[in-house]
Amino acid sequence: MELTVKLFATFRDGRFEKAQLDYPPGTTLANIVDALRIPRDEIGVMLVMGRHAELEHTPAPGDTVAIFPRIGGG
Amino acid sequence: MERLREFLAGQAEGDLLPWEAQCEASRRLGASLAMVEEAALEWGLMPKRYSRNRDTISIPQQLRLCRSRVAVIGCGGLGGYLIEELARLGVGTLVLADPDVFEEHNLNRQLFSSLARLGRAKVEVARERVAEVNPAVTVVAHRAAFSRENGKSLLSGCSAVVDGLDNVLTRHALAAISSDLSLPFVHGAIAGWYGQVAVQMPGEDISPLLGPVSAQGKGLEANLGNPAFTPAAIASLQVSEVAKILLGRGSLSGRVLFANLLDMEFEVLRYGRSTAGRGE
Repeated sequence: MELTVKLFATFRDGRFEKAQLDYPPGTTLANIVDALRIPRDEIGVMLVMGRHAELEHTPAPGDTVAIFPRIGGG
Repeated sequence: MERLREFLAGQAEGDLLPWEAQCEASRRLGASLAMVEEAALEWGLMPKRYSRNRDTISIPQQLRLCRSRVAVIGCGGLGGYLIEELARLGVGTLVLADPDVFEEHNLNRQLFSSLARLGRAKVEVARERVAEVNPAVTVVAHRAAFSRENGKSLLSGCSAVVDGLDNVLTRHALAAISSDLSLPFVHGAIAGWYGQVAVQMPGEDISPLLGPVSAQGKGLEANLGNPAFTPAAIASLQVSEVAKILLGRGSLSGRVLFANLLDMEFEVLRYGRSTAGRGE
């Protein structure tokens, strides 16, 4: 299944801003971030079609997945 | 009150009230500067300091700001700019909380830090700054860390809560207690070139945007730090949200703003609580 993956801030470094990627059916967000070598503990929030989703979530074909690093400073 | 009204009417320049007249009214009639400001606005006089806000903020709207009480939790990088702008805006009461003193490593970005103020409590310096800039604003300063224990009493009676915190854990507590008290909560966070802003109105839950609760509660900023311009940019966006909430002019609610100052990209994404059940 094809997904649009958007990366934000430092997650783009050495990766990409936005890409159409092909994944096997049943791929979870955890599979996606692991394949991109994004450390799970650096993730702030993941949005699938504008909705918050957890690592276990399985996106549907054609979904857009946005992955943001955790930002905590003030 | 009638004497105050007559005095102010006699001192007004058109519908503007000069600062000197506001002070004189306070001295002569034994009313606080804040009381004089509220009375003037009630009678259709705009304190002259706000004259350049027109037509952005009308006299009735200025009165609304004057009667508002806003909590700024955390008085460092974001907090300094939040307090400065809210005081200049004329928000009547600012409740401040921060346990820290200024240190050398604050000087790159924290508005109220200076060499002379190193070692001084941030909330005390903030109180002095507000008194210098706009003495009609009342400051309630707490030299304490926000916590689940003191949170309710710190926030009670407020019209809105603004996030100037520097860690994920305390933010979750602030968002939760704001929600318990049905108070609008304006979140902001920064790291390096990046920042985010979100608004949690009563009944909403933005906690997933604040990041997972982890041992240290830090994010990218642990490595990237925070330069001078990021807190100024994000705090200004937060204050514009506070102003809109207080004035009933809408808000970012239901969306989240991600700012990337390096690539100069501002993404506003629709935001909903959860995808639970979808696609599974």
